[in-house]
Amino acid sequence: MHLSWKLLAREYLRPALMLTLLLTLLLGLLYPGVVTALAQLLFPYQANGSLRYSNGRLVGSELIGQYWTSPRYFHGRPSATLSDDGSKAQPYNAENSGASNLGPTNKALVQTVQQRIAELKRENPNAPPGPVPADLVTASGSGLDPDISVAAALYQVPRVAQARGLSQETVRQLVLNHVQGRFLGIFGEPHVNVLDLNLALDALQH
Amino acid sequence: MSITLNSLVQIALFLGLVLALTKPLGLYMTRVFNGERTWLSPVFAPLERFLYRASGIDPEREQRWTGYVIAMLVFNLAGMLLLYGLERTQQWLPLNPAHLGPVESQLAFNTAASFTTNTNWQNYAGEQTMSYLTQMAGLAYHNFVSAATGMALAVALVRGLARRSAEQLGNFWVDLTRATLYILLPICVVGALVLVSQGVVQNFNAYTVVHTLDGGLQVIAQGPVASQEIIKELGTNGGGFFNANSAHPYENPTALSNLIEMLAIIGIGAGMFYMFGRMVGDTRQGWALWAASALIFVLAVAVALPAEQGGNPLLAHLGVNQQTSALQPGGNMEGKEVRFGITDSVLFTVTTTATSCGAVNSFLDSYTPLGGMIPLANIALGEVIFGGVGSGLYGMLMFAILTVFIAGLMVGRTPEYLGKKIERKEVMMAALALLIGPATILGFAAVASVSPLGLASLTTNAGPHGLSEILYLYTSSNGNNGSAFAGLAGNTPFYNWTGAFAMLIGRFVFLIPILAFGGSLVGKRVVPAGPGTFPTTGPLFVSLLVGVILIVGALTYFPAYALGPIVEHLLMLAGRTF
Repeated sequence: MHLSWKLLAREYLRPALMLTLLLTLLLGLLYPGVVTALAQLLFPYQANGSLRYSNGRLVGSELIGQYWTSPRYFHGRPSATLSDDGSKAQPYNAENSGASNLGPTNKALVQTVQQRIAELKRENPNAPPGPVPADLVTASGSGLDPDISVAAALYQVPRVAQARGLSQETVRQLVLNHVQGRFLGIFGEPHVNVLDLNLALDALQH
Repeated sequence: MSITLNSLVQIALFLGLVLALTKPLGLYMTRVFNGERTWLSPVFAPLERFLYRASGIDPEREQRWTGYVIAMLVFNLAGMLLLYGLERTQQWLPLNPAHLGPVESQLAFNTAASFTTNTNWQNYAGEQTMSYLTQMAGLAYHNFVSAATGMALAVALVRGLARRSAEQLGNFWVDLTRATLYILLPICVVGALVLVSQGVVQNFNAYTVVHTLDGGLQVIAQGPVASQEIIKELGTNGGGFFNANSAHPYENPTALSNLIEMLAIIGIGAGMFYMFGRMVGDTRQGWALWAASALIFVLAVAVALPAEQGGNPLLAHLGVNQQTSALQPGGNMEGKEVRFGITDSVLFTVTTTATSCGAVNSFLDSYTPLGGMIPLANIALGEVIFGGVGSGLYGMLMFAILTVFIAGLMVGRTPEYLGKKIERKEVMMAALALLIGPATILGFAAVASVSPLGLASLTTNAGPHGLSEILYLYTSSNGNNGSAFAGLAGNTPFYNWTGAFAMLIGRFVFLIPILAFGGSLVGKRVVPAGPGTFPTTGPLFVSLLVGVILIVGALTYFPAYALGPIVEHLLMLAGRTF
């Protein structure tokens, strides 16, 4: 092989540099630009974050879980997200998504779950006794899980009903009406969207 | 075990969809790489011609294996430098509404190596580190071209097998351009819009500030996510726009988006097996590799799914209900999302590690020991189970060569594959390619697990799980996968440098013996099959191939896994914590 600099430049450098430049323009700018334009035209609600309003006020995204603390609202799952600088816990920080990454034999995992169970039972004295639903005491992958299982929602019904002065049957029915089933009855898991359910709760009493 | 009928139906339907996609995608890719007209030619042919003219490329001139390799290396080096430059200067460039500063130099190097090699290992949180411009023009650009590079190399190797007494393997620039324009780009435009319809965001807005019903304040990261999400899966890249990757509801909001993402991850790899069969003139050759992949895929799911659905016994003792029922997914839910539950999480995990993708919709560090060993082993086997775009096919072909070599040894004949005699040089190249991975993974992991610099990063988990984290880091880096046991603090000089080298070795050093192999084969004549020829299409070959893949993997990695996930499993059953 006669590798001269001239050959290298003509056969390899020029195509490499020019293709890098042109494909960057095409794939890095034009492509996302066109997709954004089409997305904004066809699906503006979804493309902008599925944001929900109540009485004209922005109250969150249907897809991004929130940190609920009041007994009047259904609570989401534990969240392991940290503050932006990573220095302290900040549940449901939607600027810094993430999981706990605690391994299955990690002492910290066992202790944390133990504390969560105790707290959950304290907050829900009238909930059925016995084991608690797994998703209510384990942190989600994103730290922003907007959903809970049906079991986790039903577990909180007595507390929410009492805090709002509603009958348990009313609240229970509301939960069941907000269960989102599997896609085509097959894919995914049935779940309840917490913001959706809480908005419906507020609407019920207006 | 508590495996439900629904789980089995989901897995069967998923594999059925992969099967249905294989032939149409394979046929289409055959046309694209043979330089034939396709139904997209009216749109893209003028653009294609313009790219060649502007870049001084003669599309008719083919290259020998050496020219092909040099073109690939020079092109990738240019892209790597451009990405490094973008990361370091993003604070002065547009499309940075969150006012993110420059990426620190070692992290920028690691990330540039990571995205150039199709790995997408991430020692950073996207929404806290990368501007919209860096994400699109830097990271997503590499998601396209690193995938196209992999496909080009696979096609070159197949030409080496298919052509007779020839010298050239094709033109790298043409293969790269056609893979991008005719295959990746159109699927991405359509796929991105389908993902948006499910709720994946696609905007250039500033982060949204929300005052919640409960009186809290929440800032929600936004961005041009869908356009990046789809190529992240389709190109088996795996680098998330957000830190939580495909677990983030803005990346993967529904069961349907999850299904589309899984099919995008595995589709091209599966189709390439068919393309291979087509190009060598016998589609059964491709289906044999497909069948071997499907068998190992099912085996992997069969181990991981019961492990995860069974839950964590340490939590069951505390009074956590992990039973699956109509009301809850149950199982080991730490690090998983409710909308996916156990089945869709495990299926995604096996898919993303059988291929070289590395996107995750659940966090592997929190998997049970055996559930977490499966992704580790999948990557360590070489990501040949359907495999990464391109890399899966060329990796699987190396195993096929090894298989005919071993079969040849048993009967004392010179092995042949597709009518070409496999001689000393070819076996050496295949063995070299297959040894580079274990040497890199076990070498780096050995150093890291005894050096204070390596151990200092075990900030989350201790005990045997810490060893699993280190093994996973180098396995994923060398395999260009990019998924992680993310509890290990990887953003340190030690891991940024060693990880980057493992990625570069796993990509580029691995490729040289493979193309040398192709270059050596392309010149050979084809000898007609005789009565002593070992057929490489039937069930005998498929089972032998599966056996070789699993035995080579087990012999190589068993000692290391015995000290990591396996001992952790036994200690977990005994109730030990760390």
